[in-house]
Amino acid sequence: MTTVTETAGGAPAPAPQARSGVSRSVRDSLVVAKRNLIRMMRIPEVVIFGLIQPIMFVVLFTYVFGGSINIPGAPVGDAQAYREFLMAGIFAQTVTFATAGAGAGIADDMHKGLIDRFRSLPMSRGAVLTGRTLADLVQTALTLVVLAVVALLIGWRTHESLAEVLAGFALLLLLGYAFSWIGALIGLSVRTPEAATSGGLIWLFPLTFISNAFVPVNGMPAFLQHVAEWNPFSATVAAARELFGNTIGGRTTSVTGAWPMEHPVLASVIWSVLIIAVFRTLAVRKYRSATA
Amino acid sequence: MPGAIYAEGLVKTFGDVRALDGVDLDVPEGTVLGMLGPNGAGKTTAVRVLTTLLRPDRGTARVAGIDVLAHPDKVRRSIGLSGQFAAVDEYLTGRENLMMVGQLYQMSGRDAKRRAVELLERFNLGDAADRTAKTYSGGMRRRLDLAAALVVSPPVMFMDEPTTGLDPRNRQALWDVIQELVAGGTTLLLTTQYLEEADRLAHDICVVDHGKVIARGTSDQLKARTGGERVEVVVHAPEHLTVAEEVLRGFGKGEGTVEPHTRKLTVPVAGGAKLLAEVIRELDIRGVEIDDIGLRRPTLDDVFIALTGHAAEAADGNGANGGTGVAEGAGDDEGGGTAGLGRQKEGVK
Repeated sequence: MTTVTETAGGAPAPAPQARSGVSRSVRDSLVVAKRNLIRMMRIPEVVIFGLIQPIMFVVLFTYVFGGSINIPGAPVGDAQAYREFLMAGIFAQTVTFATAGAGAGIADDMHKGLIDRFRSLPMSRGAVLTGRTLADLVQTALTLVVLAVVALLIGWRTHESLAEVLAGFALLLLLGYAFSWIGALIGLSVRTPEAATSGGLIWLFPLTFISNAFVPVNGMPAFLQHVAEWNPFSATVAAARELFGNTIGGRTTSVTGAWPMEHPVLASVIWSVLIIAVFRTLAVRKYRSATA
Repeated sequence: MPGAIYAEGLVKTFGDVRALDGVDLDVPEGTVLGMLGPNGAGKTTAVRVLTTLLRPDRGTARVAGIDVLAHPDKVRRSIGLSGQFAAVDEYLTGRENLMMVGQLYQMSGRDAKRRAVELLERFNLGDAADRTAKTYSGGMRRRLDLAAALVVSPPVMFMDEPTTGLDPRNRQALWDVIQELVAGGTTLLLTTQYLEEADRLAHDICVVDHGKVIARGTSDQLKARTGGERVEVVVHAPEHLTVAEEVLRGFGKGEGTVEPHTRKLTVPVAGGAKLLAEVIRELDIRGVEIDDIGLRRPTLDDVFIALTGHAAEAADGNGANGGTGVAEGAGDDEGGGTAGLGRQKEGVK
């Protein structure tokens, strides 16, 4: 069969280039990531609202709860101790909000027929989702920078080397990246962007509150202590706290003897990688059969 | 040799609904197949299967000679899809949209950029190239969407209701583009609810209803199935219906219809304009006052009603089938199975 490559437009279109699987996948993901970053720049209000919420949390928690929460090992009512304790928790909670962004973005693409367009193109299967999660990673990093500056302004301090502090932020970003894959799956599974936003947020509240993020676990009922210490979210909070040198009264210790609390850095990496592996697989599979 | 688009026995069910119930298609290279059917007939499902977006439960399909189920990725290199919604990113400019699609068709950045410029000019979007698609009118978005489908000049194109929701001027403009494209040798499968559109653009038409192809042929062949021309009369007062019916029976060469609520009578005739003049004279002599009279040739609307027992429902108020008057019957007949013009009307003996 002869194929007609001439259009009424005149010159024949350039032939698509053959690419190997991996390089195609990387390139396609970057093309999609660029598209999402351009969108973010053109809808700055999304980024700005994404910043206001964590800043509000920092201020509210610090000044409203700060004087009433006792950090083990610190003097009673030591607001500075709470400030240092709190920040890793706020950072971690902030990165998990990437879930809602990824979910809403992908649901919106489905809704507008863009996912159909992408699926009809000879592009790598995972690229639409990878591109989206990469763009969210950039946004999360930006948010963390601004939030860290605000934290420094109200008195947050780190007490470890720069390398360790950066490692702490790297773990936070990894957690955020992992959570944006959960968001991707939610976005592909719901009918509207609105549903993806609320579906991406509601479960984050119990997840981030039943943890070591905002209050020390030792004040919780025994049952919740177990939940909190095995919560994947707690591992990253503990790890960041340790790498920032914000563990008041020495090294992080577990109340219940949970393994992740004894080895927070390793546990944080394991949890995040596991979440990515599971949710990326599920999301890409879902994408292959996605119907708007 | 099978055509550029070929399908055999496609079946796809969603729960209890058989969206495709054994669809066969064969579109020779360089021709246009118009797939005609009401909402929910299975047109979009067929397009989704052929464009690799959906796996059928049963059946086989080949596009540009490539097996759709075995090598979907190869098929995607040879097709362009323009869907029911303008699938463009509204926060990207026209140029950025086309460049992105080009790169995802695996073009180099430079080629994608050059192609974007060409297409923007060709689709009369040159001035709007660097504005975000959000600022585009509906017609411009459709043109951009179509341009995106043409980035690699695919040999096979699928357009799913390309003009639904467009105003007449934009619809006309899009038809011109499609005709140009086909003149260049592209094979096209076009779905539409607008009979005029299929009549105008397609070499062959297949009529789809409830997931089945219920008729196929050229526009003329399909029209021939509903018979020849007819005289249609609207009388001024209901009491004139009986007399008018008698008169028409005298001229008619087959069973006609009466619609009492619209005071409209229709009867098949042979004899053209000359006969029409005679009918008018006779009605005048018999004292029948008429509001409207005309000689009507069958349209695809008539074909559709004859085949499916219900009219093609227009998706919006300003449907392209305006003026042919079939839409009025659509509301009171939900999926009636009986074919024929006499349905729900009283036959003229």
